[in-house]
Amino acid sequence: MPLDDQDIAVRVEEILATHDGVEGPLLPILHAIQEAFGYVPRAALPQIAEGLNLSRAEVHGVMTFYHDFREDPAGRHVLKLCRAEACKSMGADRVAAHARGKLGIDWHETTRDGTVTLEPVFCLGLCACAPAAMIDGKVVGRIDEARVDALLTEVGK
Amino acid sequence: MKDFIIPTSLDQDFGTPASRSTTMVTLTIDGAEVTVPEGTSVMRAAKETGITIPKLCATDMVDAFGSCRLCLVEIEGRNGTPASCTTPVAAGMVVHTQTGKLKDLRRGVMELYISDHPLDCLTCVANGDCELQEMAGAVGLRDVRYQPGANHYDDGSGTLAKGDARARGLGERGLRGMLDGDMGNPDYLPRDESNPYFTYDPSKCIVCSRCVRACEEVQGTFALTIEGRGWDSRVSAGMHESFLGSECVSCGACVQACPTGTLREKAVHEIGTPEHSVITTCAYCGVGCSFKAEMRGDELVRMVPWKDGKANRGHSCVKGRFAWGYAQHQDRVLKPMVRERIEDPWREVEWDEALTFAADRMRGLQAEYGQDSIGVITSSRCTNEETYLVQKLTRQVFGNNNTDTCARVCHSPTGYGLGQTFGTSAGTQDFDSVEHSDVMIVIGANPTDGHPVFGSRMKKRLRQGAKLIVIDPRRIDLVKSPHIRAAHHLPLKPGTNVAMLTALAHVIVTEKLYDEAFIRERCDWDEFADYMAFVADESHSPEAVESATGVPAEEVRKAARLYAGGGNGAIYYGLGVTEHSQGSTSVIAIANLAMMTGNIGRPGVGVNPLRGQNNVQGSCDMGSFPHELPGYRHVKNPEVRAIFETLWNTKISDEPGLRINNMLDAAVEGTFKGLYIQGEDILQSDPDTHHVAAGLAAMDCVIVHDLCLNETANYAHVFLPGSSFLEKDGTFTNAERRINMVRRVMAPKNGYADWEVTQALANAMGAGWTYTHPSQIMAEIAATTPSFANVTYERITELGSVQWPCNDEHPEGSPIMHVDGFVRGKGKFIRTEYVATDEKVGPRFPLLLTTGRILSQYNVGAQTRRTDNTAWHAEDVLEIHPQDAEDRGLRSGDWVRLASRTGETSLRAKVTDRVAPGVVYTTFHHPETQANVITTDFSDWATNCPEYKVTAVQVAPSNGPSEWQVEYEAQSEAARRVLPAAE
Repeated sequence: MPLDDQDIAVRVEEILATHDGVEGPLLPILHAIQEAFGYVPRAALPQIAEGLNLSRAEVHGVMTFYHDFREDPAGRHVLKLCRAEACKSMGADRVAAHARGKLGIDWHETTRDGTVTLEPVFCLGLCACAPAAMIDGKVVGRIDEARVDALLTEVGK
Repeated sequence: MKDFIIPTSLDQDFGTPASRSTTMVTLTIDGAEVTVPEGTSVMRAAKETGITIPKLCATDMVDAFGSCRLCLVEIEGRNGTPASCTTPVAAGMVVHTQTGKLKDLRRGVMELYISDHPLDCLTCVANGDCELQEMAGAVGLRDVRYQPGANHYDDGSGTLAKGDARARGLGERGLRGMLDGDMGNPDYLPRDESNPYFTYDPSKCIVCSRCVRACEEVQGTFALTIEGRGWDSRVSAGMHESFLGSECVSCGACVQACPTGTLREKAVHEIGTPEHSVITTCAYCGVGCSFKAEMRGDELVRMVPWKDGKANRGHSCVKGRFAWGYAQHQDRVLKPMVRERIEDPWREVEWDEALTFAADRMRGLQAEYGQDSIGVITSSRCTNEETYLVQKLTRQVFGNNNTDTCARVCHSPTGYGLGQTFGTSAGTQDFDSVEHSDVMIVIGANPTDGHPVFGSRMKKRLRQGAKLIVIDPRRIDLVKSPHIRAAHHLPLKPGTNVAMLTALAHVIVTEKLYDEAFIRERCDWDEFADYMAFVADESHSPEAVESATGVPAEEVRKAARLYAGGGNGAIYYGLGVTEHSQGSTSVIAIANLAMMTGNIGRPGVGVNPLRGQNNVQGSCDMGSFPHELPGYRHVKNPEVRAIFETLWNTKISDEPGLRINNMLDAAVEGTFKGLYIQGEDILQSDPDTHHVAAGLAAMDCVIVHDLCLNETANYAHVFLPGSSFLEKDGTFTNAERRINMVRRVMAPKNGYADWEVTQALANAMGAGWTYTHPSQIMAEIAATTPSFANVTYERITELGSVQWPCNDEHPEGSPIMHVDGFVRGKGKFIRTEYVATDEKVGPRFPLLLTTGRILSQYNVGAQTRRTDNTAWHAEDVLEIHPQDAEDRGLRSGDWVRLASRTGETSLRAKVTDRVAPGVVYTTFHHPETQANVITTDFSDWATNCPEYKVTAVQVAPSNGPSEWQVEYEAQSEAARRVLPAAE
């Protein structure tokens, strides 16, 4: 059941209250909201702005600077494939093309059944095990087409 | 007028703000030695020697940012190529701004910029006025080696791309390759035309952040941001909203800051780039901003705030910057009109006929009803010179003192209160003073709406850490808005200012927070002792007045301690102080607070009325009041009368004349018959509209001299067309006593400047005046008025502006007053007993109405309603607290009936907790609403300033306009008929 604006407002208010007095509170609050909802609802931004005495524009600017803050809910599982130099040199593009084909979606998209969201990522710090990936927050090294398939099977796709 | 065209050298951009340091540093730039204040950037230092370092993201209105990488320099002994905007000078530094390495770097940077910028320069709105274009030239860009690819400028339709492909030397093949069969360009954003005055075209944006920084640092609204990062970075208003829908207040700072055609005035889109400019002064509020009127021939293209303007320091608001279209509005009446009776339609006539008609009638009335049966109302929107002539008209030609001005209904208590306590009827500081304040009290003023440019300067200081105390029934924006939060908000009940101010004094006295040394030196200690005895009484304690003010005592105590002990304390106040039955007492109470804490006579402190209209200070200075000759000198004073009697060869009465309300009362009684009103709409702006209408209708000769047929003109017999501030020379005096030049940029559309019209009327009545230029009128003012003794047009032009007093003692004017002693000698403490207003809530009228203004509209709206500012405020609304709305079953947008004991009107409700329960608020910008039908005839005890700010009302659901509104609409319609021109 999707949350309505009222539910969001109540939860965001709680989150703002728990961050009262925190120095540099905007990022922790955005994280907490993403944690709570799986994304940062647009309706939450003016409320954060009001709470922190910032403008809507400022909150929007910070939120959009960080790609990990989602504007919409993700699928049940998030697959991130590294697209940085080391992984590219080890075949990341080939693996990525395979994953996109297999899932039938492009970067930042979610499969129609809501199972998987595909995201690019620029370096997971796993260059020694390139190409690298991350599924639901867990890193995976030395991926190839077969491992992508295995990961996807594991999450029910 | 050509004399005043500014040389371009004065109008340059130094790249970074000036340093305030007094320590000087000497360095060498490109072989030239230069000495500048410590903290100056290398970029600015270079500019001061005449060397221009290429730049894009730097401009001297905002702090250095260091993002464009075009201003790189080489410094001997240092590695790399630092940005000159972010590098401060150091003693002995040797800087090179043009080396082979730098040239290569700059060209490379420029190539990158241009690779994602459309090459449509010839058809671009910024053509000839584009820093990007200029910099491409400055760095010698001749070629862009990057192949076309992803970009932000191609709209995907192929039209732009074709031209662009040609410009880039590509054939059709290259173009197809560029488009690659794509359906559209995902990186392209269309132009945002939502703001009525400027466009935002993201395709031309180079993401230098100048607009974002101007919005933050200069305006303080924070409406803009850079969204995304890297390639995705875009300027965004609000949360990717349209400019109009965002938090943007349309001050124009971003447009001014933009180095490309991304943000640009729509007028420039339509007309083209200006070819010359003239420095003049805004005709809106009492801030008195200096503007460059940028012209094409005699056509005004745009108004750009002038950086050397000492009131505004290069900033502007939506009114002065953009809302000047009224001057060209079709509603302007350009031919004189007369009619026998106000029921008749108007008849257009030649000037001679109109003036003779007016003169004969006025003289006839005097013959029949006596010398004192006619009078004038001067305008706070016209120039000093024009106002001076109007009061001279009544004193010399009419032979009485029946002159009054709109200050009667706004700041007359300021004149009285500050005159009594300090000895001058004006604010003590210049606006720059706020940069030195540590604590500010804002009482009964809403600077971010009413005086927006000064509001921005206040906010800048508050962001630097100054503390703020707001005393206001409403939660105005200064109480809480992005990066601003008042330390204390005392939301008092309307009408309890004196109780509150006296309670603050009580805390300062009883807790011994006063500045004894200052008081002993500068004031009369015995008077202070008397005042101390008075305020120390328990009945004035915050606890005792809590039930009257509705503000918790502890909060009042904290505020008093902060003001008395927080360093430089400044008080800024507005009409929320003066427009009360105890307006004058409140002003005195404010003066007392400043004196007892020693907050007078240096930068950062003082008592500062925020004057409403552009020249309300000036109109008071010029002797517009019935009891005062120019320079606030009482008509009782024979020596002062003698000066004018000799010069004007006339006898001046030693009896003060009639005030506006007395004139109206006398008219109803049948003893006052004729009135010449210059540039004021008393029907809409004065309290108790029914009474004003009755007074005007009872007169036999009402002469209205204005730009358009205003509401008062519905009751007029003669209409004399006025000229706008763009069409005449003269001076305005702002809230800081600053005399600014107003300069004619185009010929008067009606044929004559207002001072010429007044002179013609005087001469039609036999005066024989022979002024040929306003400077001669200023010479007469200077010759008769000590505080203006050394004021001449030459002096003002030389100094840019001058603050009175300007005489032998203060040849350069006086930014801050009472520096070494009060003008009256010793500062005077006067007891301030709180007396509750007779306007009380009761069962029939349980709510208190208070009135005010909004950012986009101005006063009665005669000007702003005739501009696109209506996009922000199309009608007056009634703010009501959710609790009161709930009780009455009201929702935002509902029509409500607003009634007081004097009348009723209808308007729409806006439910908001900005107002406290029991208080409702509205504006008076629209004649359809006529909020002043509601306000009462109660007024200040000393000056008759109306009690606009407190009216007991009831609010109820309604289904449309009130009876008065319908009646008035019909009357207004009938009264505006003009006969077709005779064949």
